[in-house]
Amino acid sequence: MTPKPIPPELIPPLLNSVGLTTLRMDANQQPPRWKKRALAIGVGVSLLTALFWETSPRTQLSRSTESISGVLDPAIQSVARQIDAAIDSEIEKQHLVKAQPADWRTVARRISLAMIGNGLSLEELRVLEQIPEPQRLIWWTEYLLQDRRWADYLAERWTRATVGTNQGPFLIFRRRKYVDWLADQFEKGSPYDVIARQLLEAQGSWTDAPQVNFLTATMDDADNKKPDAIRLAGRTSRAFLAQRIDCLQCHQDYLGKVSFSENSMETGNEQAPSAEAPSSRMGEQADFHQLAAFFAGIRLENPFVGLRNSTPEYRVKYLNEETETAVVPSVPYRRDLLPETGDARHRLAVWVTHPENKAFARATVNRMWAVLFGKPLVEPIDSIPLSGPFPPGLERLADDFAANGYNLKRLIRTIICTEVYQRDSRIDQASPDGEMELDERYEQHWAIFPLTQLRPEQVAASIHQASRVKAIDENSSILSQIELFTGVNDFTKAYGDRGDDEFNPQSVTIPQRLLVMNGSFVSERIKHNPVLNASTRIAELTSDDRTAIETAFLSVLNRLPSELELRVFGERLSHSRGLTRSAEMSSVFWSLMNSTEFQWNH
Amino acid sequence: MEPLNSVGMSAALENFGCDSWREFHRRRFLNGAATLAGGLFSQGMLTRVAERLALAAESKQSDPSTATSLIVLWMQGGPSQLETFDPHAGSMIGGETKAIRTSVAGLQIASSLPRTAEIMHQATLIRSMISREGDHERATYNMKTGWRPDPTLIHPSIGAVICHQSENNIEIPRHVSILSDQWPSRGGYMGSDLDAFKIGDPKNPLPNLKSYTDPKVFQKRVRDLHEVLEKEFRRGRIRDLDKTKTLHESSTSRATTMMASEQIQAFDIAREPSKIVSSFGDTPFGRGCLAAVRLIENGVRCVEVELSGWDSHVENHTLQSNRCAILDAALHALIEQLDERNLLDRTIVMCGGEFGRTPRINVAGGRDHWPTGFSTLLAGGPFRRGHVHGQTTHELLENGKDPLTGVQDAVRVEELHATLLHAFGIDFTKELQTPIGRPLVLSQGKVISTLLAT
Repeated sequence: MTPKPIPPELIPPLLNSVGLTTLRMDANQQPPRWKKRALAIGVGVSLLTALFWETSPRTQLSRSTESISGVLDPAIQSVARQIDAAIDSEIEKQHLVKAQPADWRTVARRISLAMIGNGLSLEELRVLEQIPEPQRLIWWTEYLLQDRRWADYLAERWTRATVGTNQGPFLIFRRRKYVDWLADQFEKGSPYDVIARQLLEAQGSWTDAPQVNFLTATMDDADNKKPDAIRLAGRTSRAFLAQRIDCLQCHQDYLGKVSFSENSMETGNEQAPSAEAPSSRMGEQADFHQLAAFFAGIRLENPFVGLRNSTPEYRVKYLNEETETAVVPSVPYRRDLLPETGDARHRLAVWVTHPENKAFARATVNRMWAVLFGKPLVEPIDSIPLSGPFPPGLERLADDFAANGYNLKRLIRTIICTEVYQRDSRIDQASPDGEMELDERYEQHWAIFPLTQLRPEQVAASIHQASRVKAIDENSSILSQIELFTGVNDFTKAYGDRGDDEFNPQSVTIPQRLLVMNGSFVSERIKHNPVLNASTRIAELTSDDRTAIETAFLSVLNRLPSELELRVFGERLSHSRGLTRSAEMSSVFWSLMNSTEFQWNH
Repeated sequence: MEPLNSVGMSAALENFGCDSWREFHRRRFLNGAATLAGGLFSQGMLTRVAERLALAAESKQSDPSTATSLIVLWMQGGPSQLETFDPHAGSMIGGETKAIRTSVAGLQIASSLPRTAEIMHQATLIRSMISREGDHERATYNMKTGWRPDPTLIHPSIGAVICHQSENNIEIPRHVSILSDQWPSRGGYMGSDLDAFKIGDPKNPLPNLKSYTDPKVFQKRVRDLHEVLEKEFRRGRIRDLDKTKTLHESSTSRATTMMASEQIQAFDIAREPSKIVSSFGDTPFGRGCLAAVRLIENGVRCVEVELSGWDSHVENHTLQSNRCAILDAALHALIEQLDERNLLDRTIVMCGGEFGRTPRINVAGGRDHWPTGFSTLLAGGPFRRGHVHGQTTHELLENGKDPLTGVQDAVRVEELHATLLHAFGIDFTKELQTPIGRPLVLSQGKVISTLLAT
């Protein structure tokens, strides 16, 4: 495949006079000493190199695309069709109408937001246009799977699930190292059961063995050099098995929220538990503490050795008991899968990731579904009943995930190629005044793609990417990457992180709206800047108003404008030239970036 | 509300286009933009407002014995009780701190708080706070929400609960956090719309409240957003998309309303006489406290003002003394101004941090984290005046001795919260449905009635 060159009208002059003049003026105003001069030259050369790279007329994406195939493995396709059939059957049962397939650019945007945290660049869209349409989305998925950005971004999301968003203890918790380690595992395709086992069995220093940070994240000043077994039990149960058993820490399950199957098999019932569903029992306080007991034997030796296993006893005073009891490590269900001998955490890791412990696969599938759709199959994301009922598609996906070596890339490919994922988020014939009116059931049963609010870093990175013509990826200049990194961090801090509960629906706040409407992050990126900003370059270099508006919509919303939009925004540009035209295009960008459509995944 | 024309645009806003640029006024424009946005989304807002009004009707805002507003002076890092409100001068744990007399007979506090000593007759001092959290982030969560961190649920901070349980119609945020750095108060499961509105030093302009373009351009941008893009996006989607799902357009409307509101002057401390400004101390924290008075005066329900830098693992005495100098002037002036403006009876001031500091001074001359017997000061509302609750021992409890044995009349964090909510006339035993499907009371504590005057 040979991507088509980027249209010449979007290729700017390599170095414009503004940039050079600025540098010369600075030099003249302040006669430099030799050190200052050398520094200025160094900075200048770096800037010029970066500018040259960013504005050079590259004719294709910076990474080689020769090896990327747009053809999907038939086995994956077959699984996807089975999932579609299961979900469609439920839609029919509910007497709902399913949406038509979405425009390919819209789906590509979804994929991009989920995998790298921002929308597509104009450059990427132009390249995709050259791929035969039936292969475009598969090609785009494969392209991103070969891009380090997907591993980095997924690792950030996965870190929230496995260690939370707390800053953690000073010195002994290195969040960045943990994220990088996870990203390395994802990039090289480590099976997810192997990753989980490495986390659960981690030993050593938090710098040499970054997976140790899974444990040290729970330590604090008052913990006497031991990770918090209570917090680790809750986290392991939620993140790896989607079992919320935290309430059992203090009392029996009198609310009926936790139940465990004691039979040797959990069934794969979808929707309703069958008559053959295994018998269940209510959760008990001991279930939680027996799980916590697996983590009791970890101790921080010293900063050089890190965490080591030891053999302390785990003791707890159960509710309404007078004295403490020694607790033997055990698991709340499927005890037959727990090895009888060996190190405590090794036994736990084997049990958690045992192929017959289907909760592990279900939990992972549910989280990956949520990352891709913005909404999990089962809500809350970390609470899937062991014996069902399961929503259509979950069991089939979980079985396929387990049967194929807990391969995360395959799981991503499978979900993306379902019709459900590629469905539109609206139904054109629906209208409040017409015969057909949409309600919340349409999203609930996946008849339409769900609308979900973008995460803060997605909003920031999407604004930044939309303001640049070229894709900012691992091959971009270091200056570009730093600009993206610092910009997104600052914006996210001001916008407010959503914390651990990233899949709970939340509404946008007034300060968040003010930040995007009036903040410098957006204004800097849409103001007149013929070197960097897409708004200026589009205004100056497109041949006519229609092309300019179409290009602006593609750049920001990743779609073409409607006729109404073309007419209204086209009028804004008509007869304008130079700075006036650039200012008008800034306004178009502002309106697009402040829209619901831009700030929501659809 | 002005009527809308066929394209949903108010007459007021249409007229802007006919004005000459010289006659055009920013506030007038913004009012127009707000009217436009408000007109478009009033349907979406009605239910929300109605809900809040119903709550207000239920609440006891008219009860003169209950408070209506809260000011939290948040001492981030863990102030030392021994260098502030609970000195044990001359004992083995007292360090270098001296004690001074206060306006309450028999009550002494640290000599680093001389102005505060003058207003102690207005306050209730708890010297026996206890919690189970020794980590900054977890303990801050605990003190601000009244709950220990729960990985499945984010609890609302007390300011958010008070806003949720009451209603007043103002155009500026009802929950404000000044100078908060890491962990500002949040709405938690009650909704991010109850997150505190964060601002920095009040001497600076409010963040992002002014458009960087000229008003005409801003007007055009808002119009294009609402009349073209949002309209296009609503097509083929659920009815009342904004009201039932996104709240995006409503928030835009509320943001433009705030931009145009006269009430934002409440943030502007430059409108105060210079004598009053200087009485709070020439510090960001002092200015934050003055802004808090102005905001409460204008109907804001909860203001949090943060003074950080109390984490004195080394050089404890010096660090604490420096912080006390800032706190002292501001706290004194705050109580004085609230009293002078007749706000103290309906405003509660709470001053404290996430925990205290160890009785033992470490080898670096510092004190470490101590959640077992630290101090919190309360003033105003129905709290008693000139009252001290609880005490701590002057002995060094070590060698396996339970630190709790050194605390008399201990007050748990949840009990402090229950008492505060009760002081606002809020039934804290009321259960709310949370997103995890579990009904939850507003506070799990019980009221410490001896802290209250009535």
